[in-house]
Amino acid sequence: MNLTLKIWRQKDANDKGKIVEYKVTDISEHMSFLEMMDVLNEQLVNSSDEPIAFDHDCREGICGMCSMYINGQAHGPDGGVTTCQLHMRSFKDGDTIYIEPFRANAFPVIKDLVVDRSAFDRIQHAGGYISVNTSGNTQDANSIPIAKDIADEAMDAATCIGCGACVATCKNSSAMLFVSAKVSQYALLPQGQVEATDRVMNMVAQMDAEGFGNCTNTGACEVECPKGISLENIARMNREYMKATSKG
Amino acid sequence: MGTLDSRVPKGDSLSDKWSNYKEHINLVNPANKRNIDVIVVGTGLAGGSAAATLAELGYNVKAFCYQDSPRRAHSIAAQGGINAAKNYQGDGDSNYRLFYDTVKGGDYRSREANVHRLAEVSGNIIDQCVAQGVPFARDYGGLLDNRSFGGVLVSRTFYAKGQTGQQLLLGAYSAMNRQIARGKITMHNRHEMLDVVKVDGKARGIIARNLITGEIERHSAHAVVIASGGYGNVYFLSTNAMGSNATAAWKIHKKGAYFANPCYTQIHPTCIPRSGDYQSKLTLMSESLRNDGRIWVPKNLDDVKAIRDGSKKPTDLSQEERDYYLERRYPAFGNLVPRDVASRAAKERCDAGYGVNATGEAVYLDFASAIERYGKEQAKINNIDNPSSEKIYELGQAIVEAKYGNLFQMYEKIVDQNPYETPMMIYPAVHYTMGGVWVDYNLMTTIPGCYCIGEANFSDHGANRLGASALMQGLADGYFVLPYTIGDYLADDIRTGTISTESSEFDEAEKSVKEKLAFFINNKGSHSVDYYHKKLGNIMWEKCGMSRNKKGLEEAIQEIQEVRKDFWKNVKVPGSLNEFNQELEKAGRVADFIELGELFAKDALDREESCGGHFREEHVTEDGEAKRDDENYAYVAAWEYTGEPSEAILHKEQLEFKDIELKTRSYK
Repeated sequence: MNLTLKIWRQKDANDKGKIVEYKVTDISEHMSFLEMMDVLNEQLVNSSDEPIAFDHDCREGICGMCSMYINGQAHGPDGGVTTCQLHMRSFKDGDTIYIEPFRANAFPVIKDLVVDRSAFDRIQHAGGYISVNTSGNTQDANSIPIAKDIADEAMDAATCIGCGACVATCKNSSAMLFVSAKVSQYALLPQGQVEATDRVMNMVAQMDAEGFGNCTNTGACEVECPKGISLENIARMNREYMKATSKG
Repeated sequence: MGTLDSRVPKGDSLSDKWSNYKEHINLVNPANKRNIDVIVVGTGLAGGSAAATLAELGYNVKAFCYQDSPRRAHSIAAQGGINAAKNYQGDGDSNYRLFYDTVKGGDYRSREANVHRLAEVSGNIIDQCVAQGVPFARDYGGLLDNRSFGGVLVSRTFYAKGQTGQQLLLGAYSAMNRQIARGKITMHNRHEMLDVVKVDGKARGIIARNLITGEIERHSAHAVVIASGGYGNVYFLSTNAMGSNATAAWKIHKKGAYFANPCYTQIHPTCIPRSGDYQSKLTLMSESLRNDGRIWVPKNLDDVKAIRDGSKKPTDLSQEERDYYLERRYPAFGNLVPRDVASRAAKERCDAGYGVNATGEAVYLDFASAIERYGKEQAKINNIDNPSSEKIYELGQAIVEAKYGNLFQMYEKIVDQNPYETPMMIYPAVHYTMGGVWVDYNLMTTIPGCYCIGEANFSDHGANRLGASALMQGLADGYFVLPYTIGDYLADDIRTGTISTESSEFDEAEKSVKEKLAFFINNKGSHSVDYYHKKLGNIMWEKCGMSRNKKGLEEAIQEIQEVRKDFWKNVKVPGSLNEFNQELEKAGRVADFIELGELFAKDALDREESCGGHFREEHVTEDGEAKRDDENYAYVAAWEYTGEPSEAILHKEQLEFKDIELKTRSYK
């Protein structure tokens, strides 16, 4: 298939940036979206133009590095996938595709389609852990049974890949789904109870300090999340936060 | 040719070595640890767990990763699970059995003492991860669940859906975050190590490039730990991440660290077959699928033809018309033979013309029997008498979906076929590299003060790694081995003080890094970096792939040398030095892969035997299995760099097997 691509180009964080149009031809429907981008970049290198910078790594939907906004949707039109898992069979010959970076005040553009998501790391530094040293003397892994449904629920929350699609798609650029996924994982497990109060307070404080917006329960984040992280996590985080503040 | 000292503690029985050794090595007093800096390059399971643990102990850790966050290291993509000799299933598992399975699985080419230590700490890893909040799968009684992996007869693999690597890595990442918050780890994201700096013969720092600004930075430390993963991307197409590279490991090799057994590469049997020239990477389907999937090709070539031209569907073939070749050849282990055996068997059938897709490079992985088996079981559990075949299918499919749902979904997204309805098509692909930087028992390389852990080193998996053992080794090295052994070395450094970066050694290293980068930008050649990477990958796959022979390897060496010459003459890197420049990053990595590829072929040529992942066509048994030569090749081949990969000097570490009798590996 032949396609017209309208891609966001921005030299660096200080550049204003603009949409530039490119054409690609003979694209196979079996290609992944990023392989289509590879074809374009090879074209650009061969004609001595600068290739388009975009983040990508594992190309199997788990590292969370890829981050494009395609035709107005985080990770493109398919549900439940990251950009690297999107295939060209989701498009048709002659299509025009708009490709932009994830946009949020807390995710400044580094170059072209690459954004800085270090705010996510800083939120995790604030409390995304259980304080246990490595010693080889922790208690046996089976000494605390955890009901299967609870363990499964914690696992569902823990599958968040930290890609930032929730922020990019939210009209408020809220990071509530991301933060609540980690808060939930630990709130559900017995190991996470000891520090639950500090954890939710500190992570929420850092989230606010980074300039993410608030949640207005639109639910777009859940729809766009490639891993299907549920809105229930936000509800759970709100409960945890209420509990923590009432404890003082 | 020299010999190498593995520094395995003498005396003691194998099972006492590690505990006695730990009790007698030098320690660094807690107050002195805060005066000692350690650099860790790479933040996967090995690097992440090492960085966190060293920081917990009190060292100042400087950690580096090329990704935008440590959480994205490629350990995250490991699917199936992590082994540990917990014997929770009561099926006869023990440290000795895990040790034995690993040595046998590695085709008797790993270091006995290291593997025993690995088995000893395996249980601690599970305890530690559960304490960190890693949500492993559990049974209805709330206890941890296990599954089976290839090459073993017990059930010892712990898992978190098909995302075990992700959950373990996020556990190590969380431990790092705690130390980053305390200021004990300084994290350098989007940084790439481009050289190691030696002062008075010891590793004392690195040169790194800030990938956002292009700035070249100097970082000093009392010890440098390389945890940068494997070199599978030397094949261009592999299951590795696009950015996975061998640069850190190769740079230390060029500065004096011996590189061991580069030819030991794991070709994983169950990957999604390639579909076209544009392909950028291959996707693994977890080995756990072989718990329930049966591998087959048609018995008759007519059926192969009919399937290829679409006139027959695989489901049209009766049981009698199918060749379940693993069950036929290896009745004891069946579909759960080790990876090297399964891969070669698939290649054998496809080479004989039985491949089931257009390229002739695919076999079926079929879940129909499992769906039926689980369906009947569920019908019984739910007291359904005389269930219809539709009901059985429905019940069975639900179980298969619960176990492998995310993998089935991934397959369907890529191939656009529903694997519940038609068998999956799979073919082997490069997945893991057992070879790597040579390290002694302390995990130290031949450069004093330079350590190498995880997939980047060579030590534990011999010539073939068993499934679910990579995660075990990465975390064992990082959580439980290196933090002890590095103290023995650093105990001598308590009076050294901060290492200055204002020295001639740092000047020189920085200068040569800058010159190489400038060369790439100024070369203005005619071909992209990928053009060369694909060329190299093609040579590696054709001549250093699943089976190798003398003629092919000699040709490979020559052809790789030609690619290298052409690369340095005609490579084209757009953009400039001081900016975010992904082509420039790739250029440096591919330059290193080309050199490594040559050493790889040389090593494969030198090893005149077949063992594990290294299969030499000249050395096979009568029934087509790998034929080892223990008399002449029971050694680790550690190569010393002398300026040209083809002129590397071989140093041998003779392998000793005191607790295990060397036997022909049989899974029949």
